Amino acid sequence: MSETIAAEFCLSESPLLTDELRRGLQDPVCGGYVAFEGWVRNANEGRTVLRLEYEAFAPLALREGQRILARARERFGVRHVCCAHRVGSLALGELAVWVAVSAVHRAEAFDACRYIIDEVKHRVPIWKKEHYQDGDSGWVNCEHCAAAPHHHEPLGVTTP
Amino acid sequence: MTDPRLFGLVLSGGHSRRMQRDKAGLEYAGRPQLARAMDLLQPLVARAFVSVRADQRDERTRAGYDSIADIHAELGPLGGIHAALTTHPAHAWLVLACDLPFLDAATLQHLIAHRARARLVTAYRSSSDGLPEPLCAIFEPSARAPIEHWIAQGQKCPRKLLSQSDVELLDLPNAHALDNINTVEEYSVAHAALGCARRLNVRYFAMLREQAGCSFEQLQTRAVTPADLYEELRQRHGLTLKPQFLRVAVNDEFGDWNLTLADGDTVVFLPPVAGG
Repeated sequence: MSETIAAEFCLSESPLLTDELRRGLQDPVCGGYVAFEGWVRNANEGRTVLRLEYEAFAPLALREGQRILARARERFGVRHVCCAHRVGSLALGELAVWVAVSAVHRAEAFDACRYIIDEVKHRVPIWKKEHYQDGDSGWVNCEHCAAAPHHHEPLGVTTP
Repeated sequence: MTDPRLFGLVLSGGHSRRMQRDKAGLEYAGRPQLARAMDLLQPLVARAFVSVRADQRDERTRAGYDSIADIHAELGPLGGIHAALTTHPAHAWLVLACDLPFLDAATLQHLIAHRARARLVTAYRSSSDGLPEPLCAIFEPSARAPIEHWIAQGQKCPRKLLSQSDVELLDLPNAHALDNINTVEEYSVAHAALGCARRLNVRYFAMLREQAGCSFEQLQTRAVTPADLYEELRQRHGLTLKPQFLRVAVNDEFGDWNLTLADGDTVVFLPPVAGG
């Protein structure tokens, strides 16, 4: 490999500029490009969600995110990988996380993209607080770890 | 924000008879106890003073600080508190003994945060016998008259006074913060323990940040591992997350709950994550 391949994990306090990010994955040898967008949804576990807040432990989140991307490139043999995650307050419908992969063929691009989003949700120190219609709020995956630890879902299995 | 009407007083007029050495000058990690107490007190009060006997003013450890000399000699700590309340009658006084080597800023901040101005004194409940601890307490200006009355009756014991007075009693966030030192043996134990005390930085995120009420703090602790430290912080801040659901990071990298922390390490307890 002569060229340096951009493996970029980043956190952003402002809306993600996906057109710009996408340009970093363009490569004449690539025939497949897969992107995943995670959006702020209006409900979770039966409750109406009005907005979200994301908070990150930035130094470790960047490091761990970068490790996931490096591992994805190595494991799936894809050419370019990128993941950008929002922090701060987000409204319904906003783009919270963006993952993109480009590869010579589509199959490994799909697999790598899926791997990256799953690992990011599972391992990267980013937290999400949901604000509900009833005025209540809660930290996703945390609330049930306090009072009633007997019912605990393994990290990362809950969907956004 | 420090209250301009809150002054601080470190009592250093004792004879240290059992220790047979001036307790104010006992060193821990290279710093005399009087200076350690003043270091803790000064950022939290408008002015800090050392309470002395008249003949101690120029003693080397004390000379660098503003001092208040006892009015009535030989009244012990109560004499020092009385002199402070009399010299500055409009001020409340955060009073500290000079033999509390384990005292930390968090204990003083907690005392100030829970101060009950309408009562005579805000004090901690002793973790050994449940009685009020008069020598890490806030005395309001209104405490002066009852103390004068108490002295006039020939009484000297501040604990006895507090146990009969209108006192706001708090539980200690750190049970050992007020362990005092009277003998050479106790000093050597404390000296050894504080020799390995660590100054650690803790950053809080998400639910733990909200429960701790801050995103960063620096503390002096005898905790050796992140597991010890979390237990200490859990008690102090009422953190509800059980450690089995957390991961730990030391100096911006994932770490082990049982590693030995070093002085200056920055520790983060990571609540269950939820990116995406």
